[in-house]
This record gives sequence, C-alpha cells and structure tokens, in this order.
Amino acid sequence: MVLPKIPIGDTVAWLVDAADEYFGWLFDFITDVINFLVGNFTDLLIGMPPLIFIAIVALIGWRLAGIKVAIGSVLGLFLIWNMDMWKPAMETISLVVIATVISLIISIPLGIATARSDMVHRLVMPVLDFMQTMPPFVYLVPVVILFAIGNVPGLIATVVFAMPPAIRLTGLGIRQVPKDLVEAAEAFGATEGQKLVKVQLPLAMPTIMAGVNQCILLALSMVVIAAMVGVGGLGGMVLRGIQRLDVGMGFEAGLSIVIIAIILDRVTQKIGGKRKTTT
Amino acid sequence: MSKLIVKDLVKIFGKDPKKALELTKQGLSKKEIFEKTGQTVGVLNADFEVQAGEIFVIMGLSGSGKSTLLRLINRLIEPTSGKVYIDGEDITAADGEKLREIRRQKLGMVFQRFALFPHRSVLDNAAFGLEIQGVEEKERHEKAYKALELVGLKGWEHSDVSQLSGGMQQRVGLARALASDPDILLMDEAFSALDPLIRKDMQDELLDIQSKMNKTIIFVTHDLDEALRIGDRIALMKDGEVVQIGTPEQILTNPANDYVERFVEDVDMSKVLTAEGIMKRPDVVVTTKDGPRYALRLMREKGLSSIFVTSRDRKLKGIVTADCCVDAVVNGYNDINRLIIPDVPKVSPDTNLQDIIPLLADSKYPVAVVNEEDRLLGVIVRGALLAGMMKKGGDEDGAA
Repeated sequence: MVLPKIPIGDTVAWLVDAADEYFGWLFDFITDVINFLVGNFTDLLIGMPPLIFIAIVALIGWRLAGIKVAIGSVLGLFLIWNMDMWKPAMETISLVVIATVISLIISIPLGIATARSDMVHRLVMPVLDFMQTMPPFVYLVPVVILFAIGNVPGLIATVVFAMPPAIRLTGLGIRQVPKDLVEAAEAFGATEGQKLVKVQLPLAMPTIMAGVNQCILLALSMVVIAAMVGVGGLGGMVLRGIQRLDVGMGFEAGLSIVIIAIILDRVTQKIGGKRKTTT
Repeated sequence: MSKLIVKDLVKIFGKDPKKALELTKQGLSKKEIFEKTGQTVGVLNADFEVQAGEIFVIMGLSGSGKSTLLRLINRLIEPTSGKVYIDGEDITAADGEKLREIRRQKLGMVFQRFALFPHRSVLDNAAFGLEIQGVEEKERHEKAYKALELVGLKGWEHSDVSQLSGGMQQRVGLARALASDPDILLMDEAFSALDPLIRKDMQDELLDIQSKMNKTIIFVTHDLDEALRIGDRIALMKDGEVVQIGTPEQILTNPANDYVERFVEDVDMSKVLTAEGIMKRPDVVVTTKDGPRYALRLMREKGLSSIFVTSRDRKLKGIVTADCCVDAVVNGYNDINRLIIPDVPKVSPDTNLQDIIPLLADSKYPVAVVNEEDRLLGVIVRGALLAGMMKKGGDEDGAA
C-alpha cells in the first residue's frame, strides 16, 4: 500500500514564498533597521584605535572579572591585532554583540513569561526544543529568501540559535526562587511588578547570567555558519581559508574566534558567579 | 468590636471544590470527603473572633490545617467559602488593589523558615514592607532602624542576613513585620525552626514586644508548651477543624473531647496553672479592728489553725495563728495588731504553680495571693494545690 505523502515541505516552501510576497515591506524594514545598527556599530569599532579598544576591554575585564582576566584579554587582543585579524574581529564582535542584545531583549521577557504562566511554558518549550534541534542550515535558506544575502540573515539565524538557553535559564531561575520568599513579598502587599523586580529577578540573577553567557557563546559559535550567507568578519575569513585551502589564514581566523570567545565567557561568567557567592 | 472575625471559613484543595463543599455542609468528615470526591479539606468551618491586643494561638499537629487557616486570613491562600473580617471589613470580598492595601497597612507576617531576602541587607529586609508601600528611603530606613532596635538587632543593620544565626534571622523577620506598624501579626510557626533555648528567648521577646506595642497576634504552632506559654487563647485544630477554643487553663482543665485530652495529658500542670486558677476566695479573714477572740471563733468554726488579717480596704497585713490568739485571750490582750506575723508568703495571681510549691513546702502557713496594691485576692492551701495538680483546678468559688 502506498500512503499519500503529506506535503510538509511544499507547505513550508509555499508559506515562505507567501510571506515574502505579502510581508516583503516588513522584512525590508527589519533589514534596514538591522543594517543600520550593525553598520554603525561596526564602523564605530573599526574606527576606534585598537589601543583604545584594548584599554576599554581591559578595564571592563578588570572591574567585572579581576586582574587575571584583564591581562589575558589584553594579550589575546594584541595577538589578534598582530595576526592582522583586527578588522574582521571587530566585524564579528559587532555582530555578536548586536545578536546577543536582540536575543536577550526577546528571551528575557519570554523567559519571565514562561516562569509566570504554565500555559506559556507549555507553549514555548516545544518551540525551543524545535529551535535547538533543527540544524541551523535548514532555517538559513528561508531566512535568505526573506532577507536576501548579507549581515541580516546571518544575524537573524544567530538570534534564533542563541535564544533558547537564555529563555530556558531565565524561566528556570525565576521558578527556582524559594516559594516562601515569593510568599513573603505577597504577604507584605507587593504588586506583581514589585515581586518580579525586587525579589524574583535579583534572586534569579545568577541563573539568568548563566543564560546570558550561553547566549553569547552560541552567538559566537554561529559566526562561521553565518558567513555562508554573506556575513563577513572572522567567520568569512575561516570560510575563505577553507575554500582556498589556506590553512594558515583559516587557523589564524579560528584562533581569533577562540580568543574572543574566551574573553566574553570569562567576563560574563564572573558577573553571574560573583552574585552567587553573596546570595 | 472584634479585631478579626473568621466566619465559617472553608478551604478545599482540589479541582472540583464545589461538590466537596456540599458534602461539608452535610457534616461529613475530612476523610469521608476525600474518599468520595478525592478533594482534600484544608480547613473546615473555622469560626472564631480575636480581640484587639490578644495573642491568639492556632495549634495542631502537622496536617491539621493550621498554617492554611493562617494563610486564609491574608488570602495567600484563597478561601473556598466563608468570610474574614478585619476591623469589620470583609477581606474575602476585597479586590486585588484593596487586598494589597490591607496587607500593607494591617497585616504583618513572620515565616517559619524566616523567608528573608538574601540579596538585601538586614536593614533593607526590615524596610521591605515600607519600600513596597513607596515610602521614601530616608523615612523607611528610620522606621526600619527603630524596628530592628526593638527586636535587639541594633548595630547589625548593614550586615548580610546570611551571616546571622537562626534566632537573629527571625528577629529580622519580626522587625520586617513590625516596621510597617501593622495592627495584626500573623506568625506561622515563627519559632519552630529555632533550638529550644533560643525559642524560649524569642517567646519572652515576643511577649515583651507585645506589652509595648499591643498588637493583635495570630500565632500558629505545633508546640503545646509554646501555645500555653504565649497564648491568651488557644484554638486547637484537628483534621482542618477547630476542636476547641479557650484560655490555656480552660483547655487543660476542661478538654472538649478525647482528642484534646490526649493532646494535653502530658503537660506539666505545675507550669501552666496559675495562682489565680487554684486559689480560694478569701472569705474567711479578719480585719485589724477585730479582736483575737473573734479570730479564734472564726478559726474554730472553719477548722483552721491560722487566719489572714487585712486592713479594712482588704490590704494584707499578715497572719495570726490560733495559738497566739489563745495566748492573747488568756492574757487579756485585745489588740490583734500585736499578734500579726507580717512575714507570710505572698504571690501575684499570675504566678505559676511550680513557683508556689516551694513556698508552700517551706512555710507552715497558706500562701496569700495579692495584687500590686497588696490587696488580698485569694488563699492557696496545700489541698487546693494538690487538686490543681490533679487537673481539677480550684473549687468553684476559687476559680472566679
């Protein structure tokens, strides 16, 4: 017996076409906004003298994570500069920072919503499972159709890829706040908003920061894949290295990505960790 | 008017409380309702009033519904049916805004596991209620300082709560509840997590604070000794129902049913009964204007070997013995004042039995019960004390 094929693939393809046709103006608008943000921020980072950038990172690293992290960051960034990877590194950092910010703007409120409502929780969790298990290449294609080649589809794919852990950990952090503390806030007449801001979010902060950390690292891990849809930066260099079989360039670009990853990880991890010891 | 009125309050946990509610009206027990509907009765027809300034203890074993009942009062748990009135205002009918207002202004709460906010300093914990109300920082810190001083935590304001011991943490919890100056304190097993010595200190502290602030306190505990020690009245709960409400003495001397009796049978009566409860009314006394001859006759009539002497306004002067009176009569003295032995054992009406026993043992005279003005209120003889120890209390006129 031959079962008729359910046209899942056709339906999705049709949906993407339809979206492109009827909501093209919306996608153009999103493209403009993202290009504006990424373009300006990248210009800012590239325009800034490397020494100043290194000094700023060192200061932030020192204040948030201590002197060791600061020294390591300075050495790493000098190495990137020395390898002549400064410009692509700045492009990558710009994209990662903006992708992370957009991810967090979406995922922290969403995470809060999942913690507060079991209904939302039940709706969002399967979507997150779907987002995390679906290979990024699969949704790169429709994103390219909707937003054309360039920084924008790369950034959107990065946001989709980086969001789930931030949503999950935000929700988890809030749900883990001891029940009697929430009860105490209620007993003293706290509004829902006060309960959230004065009790739940501060107590969930270590877990939320772990989510932010994961979000940044996932965003960074997408740079090579994003390069396939036209994003430049270090990912582009790695890709070029692969295409030209230029092992040296590929390695230098890869090493730069690792250095940036370690700096971002250490700094953000310490923010969460520091809170943990006082709570 | 009563400060707090709880009327026919019912809480049923489960998905279909309506059906179970019907069954409670038919008088079915918690167990029967669970078997029939699968719904759990948390609190069943709780009905009581608490006066302003009273310490009202809700006591019961775990699972008796006492903490649920407490939370129904400030609606941390929504009642299934019934009413709660605070100052005549129906809490159960209040909307969200109104309920918050009442919680902020009138209800303070202290929790079993302290429930302090670990991300805030001691001071900011104490100021939490005021902060929620939007009181500006200077004023709320001022009030929080005062509340912390009241609970004996002066100097700890800027510490981390995690650095404090359990007893001190609960003092912060108490200060947090007191800082916004609520009329009613809801205390949920507030001292149960503390070790016994500290628990006793905290009970004393609470009574001390109560004498200064005169709050209305609803205190939940599973510890009978604690209930007897601090409660003006006690409500005893079993399976969600209030089995008996009364003063500690009423509960001990007059248990409403077997359950209460079993509950209280191990209590050391000497720690609970007070002089007032076992004393006899001082009907048989002589005044300083009476002569020894009259005193002697009175003693003979009543079969006593000594008798208390008071002034005309019933202030205690001392005691005269039959022997002295006989001597005086034989030698022709008529002034009883020269026979009085002023040094008699005296106690106040709220003295515990355990403190009276040694007095009686050391003295050959009865113990006099006097008020602050030295006025004679009652007499305790050995027989009454023994009767008290046997849980019968004083005799009818003595219990007045």
